[in-house]
Amino acid sequence: MSDAVSALGGVSFDGIARIEECGLQGMITLRGDLSDQALAAAVTRATGQKKLPEANRARVAGESGVCWMSPDELLLLVPYEEVGGRLEALVAALKDSHALAVNVSDARAVFRVTGDAAREVLAKLAPVDLSRDAFQPGRFRRTRLAQVPAAFWMEEDESFRIVCFRSVADYVFKLLKVAAQPGSKVGVL
Amino acid sequence: MSTRLPSHGRLIDRSAQVTFTFNGATMRGYAGDTLASALLANDRMMVGRSFKYHRPRGVVASGAEEPNALVGLGQGNRFEPNQRATTTELFDGLTAVSQNHWPSLDFDIGAVNTALARFLPAGFYYKMFIHPQPFWKHVYEPFIRKSAGLGRAPDSEARDADTYEHFHVQTDILVIGGGVAGLLAARNAALSGARVLLIEQTAHWGGRAPVDGGTVDGAPVDKFVEQIVSELETMANVTMRLRCMGAGVYDHGYALGYERLTDHDPDAPGPRHRLWRIRARRIVTATGAIERPLSFAGNDVPGVMLAGAMRDYVVNWGVAPGRRVVVATNNDDAYRTAITLKQAGVDVVRVLDARAAGGGALMEEARSLGIRVDPGRAIAKVSGGKRVKKVAICNQDGIGGAREDLSCDAVAMSGGWSPVVHLWSHCGGKLAWDEDRAHFRPDPDRPPLGADGRGFVVTAGAASGALALDAVLDDAAAAGKAAAKAAGHSPRRGKTPRGETTPEAAMEPVWLMPARADTPLRMKSWLDFQNDVKVSDVQLAAREGYESVEHTKRYTTLGMATDQGKLSNINGLAILADALEAEIPKVGTTTFRPPYTPISMGAIAGEARGEVFQPIRRTPMHDWHERNGADWEPVGHWRRPFTYLRPGETVHDAVNREVKNTRENLGLLDASTLGKLVVKGPDAGRFLDMMYTNMMSTLKVGKCRYGLMCSENGFLIDDGVVARIDEDTWLCHTTTGGAEHIHAHMEEWLQTEWWDWKVHVANLTEQYAQVAVVGPNARKVLETLGGMDLSKEALAFMEWKDGRIGEFDARVYRISFSGELSYEIAVPASKGQAFWDALIEAGRAFGVMPYGTECLHILRAEKGFIMIGDETDGTVIPQDLGLSWAISKKKEDFLGKRAQQRSHMTDPNRWKLVGLETVDGSVLPDGAYAVGEGVNANGQRNTVGRVTSTYHSANLGRGIAMGLVLNGPDRMGEVLEFPGTDGTVFKAKIVDPVVYDKDGEKQNV
Repeated sequence: MSDAVSALGGVSFDGIARIEECGLQGMITLRGDLSDQALAAAVTRATGQKKLPEANRARVAGESGVCWMSPDELLLLVPYEEVGGRLEALVAALKDSHALAVNVSDARAVFRVTGDAAREVLAKLAPVDLSRDAFQPGRFRRTRLAQVPAAFWMEEDESFRIVCFRSVADYVFKLLKVAAQPGSKVGVL
Repeated sequence: MSTRLPSHGRLIDRSAQVTFTFNGATMRGYAGDTLASALLANDRMMVGRSFKYHRPRGVVASGAEEPNALVGLGQGNRFEPNQRATTTELFDGLTAVSQNHWPSLDFDIGAVNTALARFLPAGFYYKMFIHPQPFWKHVYEPFIRKSAGLGRAPDSEARDADTYEHFHVQTDILVIGGGVAGLLAARNAALSGARVLLIEQTAHWGGRAPVDGGTVDGAPVDKFVEQIVSELETMANVTMRLRCMGAGVYDHGYALGYERLTDHDPDAPGPRHRLWRIRARRIVTATGAIERPLSFAGNDVPGVMLAGAMRDYVVNWGVAPGRRVVVATNNDDAYRTAITLKQAGVDVVRVLDARAAGGGALMEEARSLGIRVDPGRAIAKVSGGKRVKKVAICNQDGIGGAREDLSCDAVAMSGGWSPVVHLWSHCGGKLAWDEDRAHFRPDPDRPPLGADGRGFVVTAGAASGALALDAVLDDAAAAGKAAAKAAGHSPRRGKTPRGETTPEAAMEPVWLMPARADTPLRMKSWLDFQNDVKVSDVQLAAREGYESVEHTKRYTTLGMATDQGKLSNINGLAILADALEAEIPKVGTTTFRPPYTPISMGAIAGEARGEVFQPIRRTPMHDWHERNGADWEPVGHWRRPFTYLRPGETVHDAVNREVKNTRENLGLLDASTLGKLVVKGPDAGRFLDMMYTNMMSTLKVGKCRYGLMCSENGFLIDDGVVARIDEDTWLCHTTTGGAEHIHAHMEEWLQTEWWDWKVHVANLTEQYAQVAVVGPNARKVLETLGGMDLSKEALAFMEWKDGRIGEFDARVYRISFSGELSYEIAVPASKGQAFWDALIEAGRAFGVMPYGTECLHILRAEKGFIMIGDETDGTVIPQDLGLSWAISKKKEDFLGKRAQQRSHMTDPNRWKLVGLETVDGSVLPDGAYAVGEGVNANGQRNTVGRVTSTYHSANLGRGIAMGLVLNGPDRMGEVLEFPGTDGTVFKAKIVDPVVYDKDGEKQNV
């Protein structure tokens, strides 16, 4: 049995922040009516969260969680090995709703950015207010990193998780390395 | 001579000597010097030659407004032209070279242009170089290139050695300028609790207040600066950045800050420049004021300097620009320079005060120090080549006669001060003419407006037109509070620090010195030093009918140089107004555009260079392709193998090998880049019937159909195979380049037009690695891997099925873009490489070879299949391509239907798709046109068709092509002529586009 591999095989870099490619993460794109009770119930069951996140927020614990992507879209996080079963259950639960749930685990790459300067590394690449007042753990933004689409949220330990398309994983890793190059601390965030 | 003084120099550290070179000569300065102050300390007064006449030029200012002292800085990969010496901080090892001279700075051949000056007036180029045309290339252009222009470009092989970055930040209030006004405005704004970002372009806080003097609450102003800076540093809601220039103000409170991190310390790690991309609720511009030169003959001779700048050099850097100085002024401020010079031991020969009544208290102070002041007097002319030698003086109210000569080596001039209104004006802030101070200042009643319809920029201090210290502080205190309030915070009440300074007598506008200077004097009175524009040029433009200041600017090039006329604009438009006998505010200013001073291209590009210049999209098998000889072709942002080169092969050989092998044995194509859009919902069928020209709602589950998509104007925009997944779900394949924009196209129609239809779309392009397994052995290799039944009976042509192949979960589409037996197999992307490896391994027994996009193109062209982007170019409709069979006649509507009924779309003379077969078997040039009888209105041959795809077919052993031809399908067998670009004419016969296996037997086995 050949093992599934992530885009960059877990590369890492240490600069003013630490950049790591995370392993495979199960992900489900769900489009539907977020005010639908059946949908909310199915999502909380699939992800172990008590409720859906508000706009621009994520509710994540470990490898499971829900991220708000748009007024009619959620990104569900589940362990990679379990995505098949969880998706099946979700689709079954939503069979009477107008909703679309698809597996996008393999379409993505995930990075972790940690360290004191993590906020600044991201602020160099994304047009987002990353000050402590504006961006705290649980905050989620669907935005861009330089020239490609990306989304990120902040974990309880103030590290960031970044999700981007798999095809640009190499570009995003190199971008993060440039943004985290030694001597480039801004010292304001 | 200019020299270092034993006293003064508040910004230099005399214990830290620094060595640098200028034009190869080693010189010494101190830490804290600018390159300009260090050059002056080394008696290097002349630092360059002018743009047009190659006149010797020296340092005239002390900051961002400097027009003359531009140098080439650094060497090799760090060489950069046109750097201002006045804003370049000195560091050990700095190398600078002067510009615009040949063969040397001191001896310049181009200076002969000066002798020809009367033949090089404003608009000279427009007038002289129109005819005859061939002269441009052979005479005019070489001459202009040699004699005009500023610094030289870096060597073509040089590569910028530094990195750059952007930084996004949001704040309540951005304060631009760290002089006393900016500091106080920032503090008052911050006391409200608002987030404040304060940026200052120089390396020091306080601006020019410590040089100009005065007291705040009874203490010297530099103490006030120290106190307020340390107060701001303790405030958590305040961010302060030195060496960060406010470069531009844009809509919605957006502003750019240009931070120079390592220009003063090139060996420090990290990026060289950082571009701050700032969103602010309110912006305070505390950008100060710039002194105006006086327009007298010889005002550009090295040694003539702005009075305020000369004071800066003494106080800040302990440099005296001359030993014997003449001061010319129309205001009291220049007396501060005279007093400072005198106190520093410099001989102040004379103060020429253009005002008949002279000045006020500062004049008295100067006199009490023994300085002779001549009211009502003016400079008629400055003499000297590379350095001021003497000044001829006359009455201001005259034509320049009755002169007296004064021997001196430097001249300080002051024509009054103009607020720096650039940032206020960038986004539409309007100006008011201040009669008393003869300057334009921001009109607070007409600010640049934000989205809420309210002004989002406030000015503070001298930038508002408040020039005296007391007025500066009052204005800045109010500006800080106003900005805080407008940003939604409550400013704190508090006492405004009280500034005190010597009161000044009124200034008197002097636009020409002397007031009625005769023509020879006006021809030597410079307005724009950097672009060599004189008083006489602007007057000539007015005589020739130029009334608009914008037109005059372009005709004379006034204010068009890298300094964008910081010193020349007001003087120039005053001269223009006078010549037009109009009032200055009626003539108005030219438009202020960002950036305030030039910013580096590196800062604009940010991180986007080298490896991250542009994203390159990589399929899961990208690395394998790279290791196996891929000759890459960019397709969208993807890289796809054009072909796989084996050792010793040419690209042509490799392509032919792949073409033959795929037809005869087994080929593998990485098709992962094709777009895969899933469309689901009760209205999905209805929606797809609108998106495609074909009927998609009737497609049966398990079946595939080739579909065409048109824009609402009827033009073909994309194609691909659609698979019906279940009752509610379809999977739409798009072209590689089309995935994102077709996704957006679908979303747009769903969100704006059919918002009530129940349809969801998701882009699954990257979820799958997709491999086309193609050729007579395709089924055999898959059967070797084992798993699902892929026989003709189990999976017929144009069907799909989920199952397992070997150990892989797969979705298999039995579709063919090559005319061969073919399966396109999708597996999860993270197993794509493993699946590819398995196919290569199992394929060895069946003659497997991977093939690239060129082979793909040849195989499809042999079958007459069209390619979006080859056969289509945004002007082609499906009917042109013989695809009417794919346009449903049963549907009431689809995107493009009505457009395709327009008269031009149904015109029988639209060029139509045919095959083209060269008479001699050669390959037609791509894009070649077929010519017909006669010529068009431009005398060009009439055209009757063009080549859209052309290849060498290894299978047929000759060139094959497709093209669009007038009445093509009705002209089978006719031979067309296609002239090449080298004089040869290609002849090709019109044939059926399908030249291989017309009945499709090979794909249907």
